Amino acid sequence: MISHKDSMRILIADDDEDDRAFFSDAMMELKMNNELTLFNDGKELMDYLANPDIILPHLLFLDLNMPRKSGFECLKEIRSDLRFKEVSIAIYSTSSSEKDIEETFVEGANIYINKPNDFSKLKKVVKEVLNINWQFHSSGLNRETFFFSI
Amino acid sequence: MKLYIKYDGIVACRVILQEQLERLEIKHKLLDLGEIEISDSVSDECFAELQAALNRYSIFIVNNEKSQLIQKIKDTIVEMIYQNDKLPAITISQYLSEKLNFSYGYLTNIFSENTYSSIENFIIIQKIERAKKLIIEDQLTLTEVSYKLNYSSVAYLSSQFKKVTGLTPSAFKRIVDKRRSLSNNNL
Repeated sequence: MISHKDSMRILIADDDEDDRAFFSDAMMELKMNNELTLFNDGKELMDYLANPDIILPHLLFLDLNMPRKSGFECLKEIRSDLRFKEVSIAIYSTSSSEKDIEETFVEGANIYINKPNDFSKLKKVVKEVLNINWQFHSSGLNRETFFFSI
Repeated sequence: MKLYIKYDGIVACRVILQEQLERLEIKHKLLDLGEIEISDSVSDECFAELQAALNRYSIFIVNNEKSQLIQKIKDTIVEMIYQNDKLPAITISQYLSEKLNFSYGYLTNIFSENTYSSIENFIIIQKIERAKKLIIEDQLTLTEVSYKLNYSSVAYLSSQFKKVTGLTPSAFKRIVDKRRSLSNNNL
C-alpha cells in the first residue's frame, strides 16, 4: 500500500512518439512525485512485465490502438495474471462510445480516458487520474469496483 | 458454484488484530479507530513478527504522529459513513473535531498538506464507495441509498456518483453484473 505522498510508479505504452511525449510532459508538469517509464508498444510492455523480478507499477497507461499488441490485448493478458491484481490499468483512446468504455471496464480496466487533443486539457485529465488512483491505493478502496471514466 | 459475500471491514479487521495479538501472546486492549494499547513492553523480535503478520492482511502499523492523525481522520470518516443506520445529521466537520479534539481547520490543513486530497474530497469518495457496495448488494433502491447516505435527493447522489466515477449508477451496475457473469462463465 502506498502511503502519504509516496511516489507512484507509472508505465506508459504507446506506439506514437508524439503521444508518449504528450503524456509524459503532462505528468512531469504536475507537482507530484512520480516515476515514469515509457514503452514503444504493447509487446515491449508485456516483455518487460514478464520478468518476475521487476518492482510492480501502481498504474499502467495503455493506448488502445497499437500495432503488434493492442492495449485491449495487453489488458486481457494482464488481468488473467494474478501477479498484477494490485496494478491499476488506464486505457486511453479517441473513442468516446459508451459501448467501448463499458467493454474495457468489463475486461478489467479501472480507468478509461477519452484522450483530449489539447495539452492543458490533457494535463487536467492526467492530474485527476493520478489523484483518483492515488486515493484508490492509499485508502484501500475496493479493487473490483474501481472504475473512473473521464 | 459461486458465492457472493457481504462483509464488514471494520469487524473483520478487529478479529484479525485480536487473533494475531493473541497468537503472539501480547497483552493488549483494542481501542476505537485503529488504536491498540499494549500493556507490557514487546521485544523487537515479537514486534517485527506482529508487523509481518499484519502486513499480510494489508494492515500496517503507523509510526509517526502526523500519519497517525491522518489515519485517525480517515478511520473516523469511514466509521461514520459505515454506521448501519442513516448517517447522523451532525456535520462531518463537527463530528471530526469533537471526536479527535482538534479544530477542524487544523485537521483540514494537516490532511491537505500530507495527502493529495482534501477532507471534503475524501468524504465524497468514501460515500460513493459505500453507495457502490449498496448498489451491488441490490437490496435498496437508489432513492433508499441516497436517503441512507444523507443526500438531499437521488439526483444529487447520481450527479456525485457520476463526478467520482464518470459513470451513471446504472452503467456501473451493468458493468459489475457483466463482469460477474463473465467470471462465472470461466469457471
